[in-house]
Parts: sequence; C-alpha cells; structure tokens
Amino acid sequence: MNQSSRTPEGRNPEKEVMIEIVGMHKWFGEFHVLKGIDLTVEKRERIVICGPSGSGKSTLIRCINRLEEHQRGKIVMDGIELINNLKNIERVRQEVGMVFQHFNLFPHLDILDNLTLGPIWVRKTPKKEAEDLAMHVLEKVHIAEQARKYPGQLSGGQQQRVAIARSLCMNPKVMLFDEPTSALDPEMIKEVLDVMIELAREGMTMIVVTHEMGFAKSVAHRVLFMDYGQIVEENTPDEFFKNPRYERTKLFLSQILH
Amino acid sequence: MQPETPRNLDQEIRPPVTHIGIIGWIRENLFDGWLNTLLTLLIVYFLSRVIPPLFRWMFIDSVWVGSPQECRQATGACWSIITANLRFILFGFYPYNQQWRPLAAMLMLFGLLSLSRDRNRWSKRLGYAWLFGLLAMGFLMKGGFFGLSEVESSKWGGLPLTLLLSVFGLTAAYPLGILLALGRRSKMPMIKALCVVYIELIRGVPLISLLFMGSIIFPLFLPEGITINKILRAQVAIILFTAAYIAEVVRGGLQGMSRGQYEAAESIGLNYYLTMRLVILPQALKIVIPPTVSILISAFKDTSLVVIIALFDLLKTTQSVLSNPEWMGFSKEAYIFIALLYFLGCFSMANYSRKLEKELSIGR
Ligand SMILES: Nc1ncnc2c1ncn2[C@@H]1O[C@H](COP(=O)(O)OP(=O)(O)OP(=O)(O)O)[C@@H](O)[C@H]1O
Ligand SMILES: [Mg+2]
Repeated sequence: MNQSSRTPEGRNPEKEVMIEIVGMHKWFGEFHVLKGIDLTVEKRERIVICGPSGSGKSTLIRCINRLEEHQRGKIVMDGIELINNLKNIERVRQEVGMVFQHFNLFPHLDILDNLTLGPIWVRKTPKKEAEDLAMHVLEKVHIAEQARKYPGQLSGGQQQRVAIARSLCMNPKVMLFDEPTSALDPEMIKEVLDVMIELAREGMTMIVVTHEMGFAKSVAHRVLFMDYGQIVEENTPDEFFKNPRYERTKLFLSQILH
Repeated sequence: MQPETPRNLDQEIRPPVTHIGIIGWIRENLFDGWLNTLLTLLIVYFLSRVIPPLFRWMFIDSVWVGSPQECRQATGACWSIITANLRFILFGFYPYNQQWRPLAAMLMLFGLLSLSRDRNRWSKRLGYAWLFGLLAMGFLMKGGFFGLSEVESSKWGGLPLTLLLSVFGLTAAYPLGILLALGRRSKMPMIKALCVVYIELIRGVPLISLLFMGSIIFPLFLPEGITINKILRAQVAIILFTAAYIAEVVRGGLQGMSRGQYEAAESIGLNYYLTMRLVILPQALKIVIPPTVSILISAFKDTSLVVIIALFDLLKTTQSVLSNPEWMGFSKEAYIFIALLYFLGCFSMANYSRKLEKELSIGR
C-alpha cells in the first residue's frame, strides 16, 4: 500500500515537490476515515481522485487546507508543515484555493465583492488594484459582464466559475476541487470543465475529486482510486482506464462508465 | 389603438370591469362569498357606531387650551391637561428657565437619527458626528461650564430621560448581545460557559428585579464613599437585560448559516474575526432583523419601568400631573398622549427595520 516512493512514469524526478503527505490518518471520533495516506504531488502536477461515495475523497482534500484536522502522519504544503499553528494554517490556506461542490459563494456580496474580499482583507491589496485583478480573472472565466450581479442571480455553472475565480484571485499555488460539477445540470458541466482545462494548460497544480472521466483522461497526470479510506490504485489515466489492476477498481469503473 | 401596436397585442382582451379597478377590488376583497359579506357589513356597522362619537369627543367637544374648570364643563376631551402641563410632562423637574437645553439636546438627537436613516451616508464622519453630538448633548444637559448652570442628573426627567435610557440602552445592548451570541458558540469552554450562565441568569429574572438590584443591592457592595449615579445604574440594568435577549436571537441567526459559508471564508484565508465580520454576521444579522427589532421595541417601552426606582421618565412625569388635584380625572387624555409618543417611537423603529430589510434583500 505504501506508494510514496513511486515515481509515475513520464515525469521528471527532479521536479519540485508541492505537497507531501506521509502516513496520514484521520478519525471522526471512533470512525477511521483515512487509513494511512501517502501522496506526493509535484509542482504543476494534476491529479484526479475518484472512488465510491464515503471512501474519504473529500476528507482527504479537506485535510490539505486544514478544513479537517488529521491525527497522525504529516502533511507538508510547499515546505510548510500543517501542524496546530494558526500562522502556518493561515499561510497554507492563502496558498491553496478550494472549490466546493455547492459553490459556497457569499450571497450578500455581489460577484466583484466576492472576488475582492480575500485580496483586500487577507493580502491587503489596495481596493482599486484588487478590482482590476478581479475583473481580469472574471474575464478568464468568461463572466466579466456579470461583475455587479449577486450570486443568487446567476446559473449554477456561472456560480461555479465565479467560485473558481474567487480562489484564483488569491493567486494560489494549488487548487483543490471537490466534485465541482456534480451539483450542476448537464448543460452547464462543460462550461466549468472548460475553465478547469484552461487552468490546467496554464500549469496550475491541481487536485480534482471528480467522476468526469473525460476530464481525467484529457487533463490528469495521475488518477488515484480511493476506497475505504485508502488509496487503492494510482496510475496514468490511460493505464488506469484500460488496465485497472484491482477488482474494486474494475467494479467501480464498470459502474460509473455505464 | 396606436398604429404601431404589434398584432398579437390587438388580440389581448381587457378583463371584465367587475374584476379590475375599485369595483373589482371591493368585490374580490369585501363581498367575496356570504361569510365575507356578512363580516364586512358587521364591521361597517360597528365602525359607524364607534367612529363618530369618538371623533366628536376628540375633536369637536374637546377643550384644547383652557382651565380645569372649563374642562369639567365640556363633554369632550380635555386636551388642555397636555397643553397646560406640556413642559413638565416633557422635561420633569429640569429647571424651568433652562429647559431649552434638553430641548436642544433632543433636537440634536433627532437630527442625527434622521441623518443616519440613509445607509449611504454611513461613514467615519457620521460616526464622529455621533460621538461629538452625544458628548455635546451630555454637556448641554449637565451644564456647569460656559456660564451654563449645573443641573444635577437627579433633576433630569421626562422625554429626554426616556430617550437617554433607550438610545444608550439599545445601542450598547446590540453589540454586547452579538458578542454574547458569538461567545455562546465559541469553542473555548470557559468563554462558552460564561456566556451561557450570563444569558440564562439574566433571562431568568424580570427586568424589574434587575432594576431594584441595581438601585438597592448593588450600592451595598460598593466601597464606602463611592456612589454611582442612579440613572447610570438603571441604564446598566437595561443594557444587561436587553443584551441577553439580543444574544439569543442572534444565536438563532448564526445557527441558520451553513457550514459552507464558514469553509469558503476560511479557504480564502480569512481568520475568525474577519470571517465573522465580513461573511457570517452580515448575513446572520440580516436574517434576524424582525425579531431583533421586536426586542428593541419592547426594550424601548420597558424603559418606563424605571418609575419603580423613582426616576421621573415620561410615564412618571405624566402620572405626577394626574396626581395634581386640579387635573385629577383627566387620565384618559394624558395616557392617550404618552401612548401616542411611545407609538411614534416604536412605529418609526418598525418602519426603519422594514426599510432596512428591503434594502438588504437586493439581489436575493
Ligand atoms: N464531519 C464528519 N463527522 C463524521 N463523519 C464524517 C464527517 N464527514 C464525513 N464523514 C464520514 O467520513 C466518510 C468519508 O466521507 P467523505 O465525505 O470524505 O467521502 P467522499 O469520498 O467524499 O464521498 P462522496 O463521494 O459521497 O462525497 C463518510 O463515511 C462520512 O460519513
Ligand atoms: Mg465528497
């Protein structure tokens, strides 16, 4: 099960490490959710995580920006270890962007204010500058004309793109996505995935929990399969889909591909 | 028909006259079915019996300025109890020839309040205006400088006292209540326990007993020689009392916030203080505007309970006039008058809260 020393083919072993997770365990009370996670993510690497419901995918990526606390093992984010130290946690959160399944935009603020909140209050960017940045990012996610609307006035796909933009405004080194398209109607999924693909093209380090296998095939360097709190299998997308090694992976793939 | 009207509009048919306009409204709302018709007729009959005599009593047969003797001969309302005693009702025992001072202070207060009605004008400068204004009001009332004679606070009374107790009471209780609500949801057990105990203790005690405690028991614990002004003691009691209720209402609003909002705020790096201030409280406080305003309104009215510790607020000055043998027996008129004043205060609060709610609900 220990795969931390493996170097997936096709990647340069000299590349810098972005995230290092070693022997990480997490319990919810008595319930053992994550059972020894080892994972190294390099700069500019894109990872897709899939697996059955309840296998711990969300919990794993939520541990990376400390929305959940792990109890054993270690997580090192760009050289900063995630321990119980408020300074460290805040620094890590500023470097990690997170996109949620249900967008979680701030409904009382308009789109532009949603985007500038972090830069102005956390990064202390002057208001004017923050707004210029926000408009620039909104253009990138093709939604600049909605800047003065409120989240409740946008469609799901638009809201999710705003959520991505909100994270990007903090200029993160890593982006985490937790099933970003699973709350969307089919016709809106593509517009969100397109934004994510563009992001990938620009070299963003990404960890994406998703069951969009087309996205995994075209974007991911590695696909991880999780079950019962463990990373059961990891491989390049081609190999992962063509030759899954484990029974559980095969069963899962046969379920979601039909 | 205008020539450029599109064709499909030509085919639109206006609804029958009986369904629109005044007639339509009356039919739909007053005579819609036999039960509704019966109720309408009953109410019309009742109003026709009540309104004319009331109107006659209040406006036609009434005495507006005149001696008590004239009043006793008239069959209508004796408004002259108000006009003749207005200055005592409004200002209590404040020295007669100095009463322009509380008047000026009140006008300043109303001016500031109406300036603050529009949220677009909320700024640092307005904040300073309030700070300066409140200080100026205090100096005006108290005096003792610039040739103004000093007026002991024991002589303060009437409407200024009521306004003082409520304006400070409400503005101090609101933030305190928010802090208590946050404390009650805190992860730190000591702070949480403290807030729970405070809230439950205060809510378990009537305001009257808090006022008594403030005025009688509290001084017993103070070292000899130190006395705290009676008004201040009542003020503190009102603040502490109201804050506990605000806290519970605000807590309800906080519980209505989804975990996703906290997580989104944390994930862009906001700390606890900023998360609360920028994301959680603006939403939670907005949700609880209606119950909060209910509490503020009842706190405003409850300031009249200070009569029991012998402070001469608006209610007490009115009652003093009534105990004057000359004016005895005209309590109806006197109570209608102060009811009107209280109503104006409460109604403008309710009105303002509705306006605020409307403004804050844009985009939702
Ligand atoms: N706050 C919590 N307290 C207790 N148990 C939790 C909590 N959050 C998640 N769990 C449990 O931990 C397990 C893993 O949850 P997690 O959300 O990580 O699964 P997931 O792989 O993301 O599933 P899904 O595909 O349904 O989102 C589940 O069994 C879940 O019930
Ligand atoms: Mg999940």
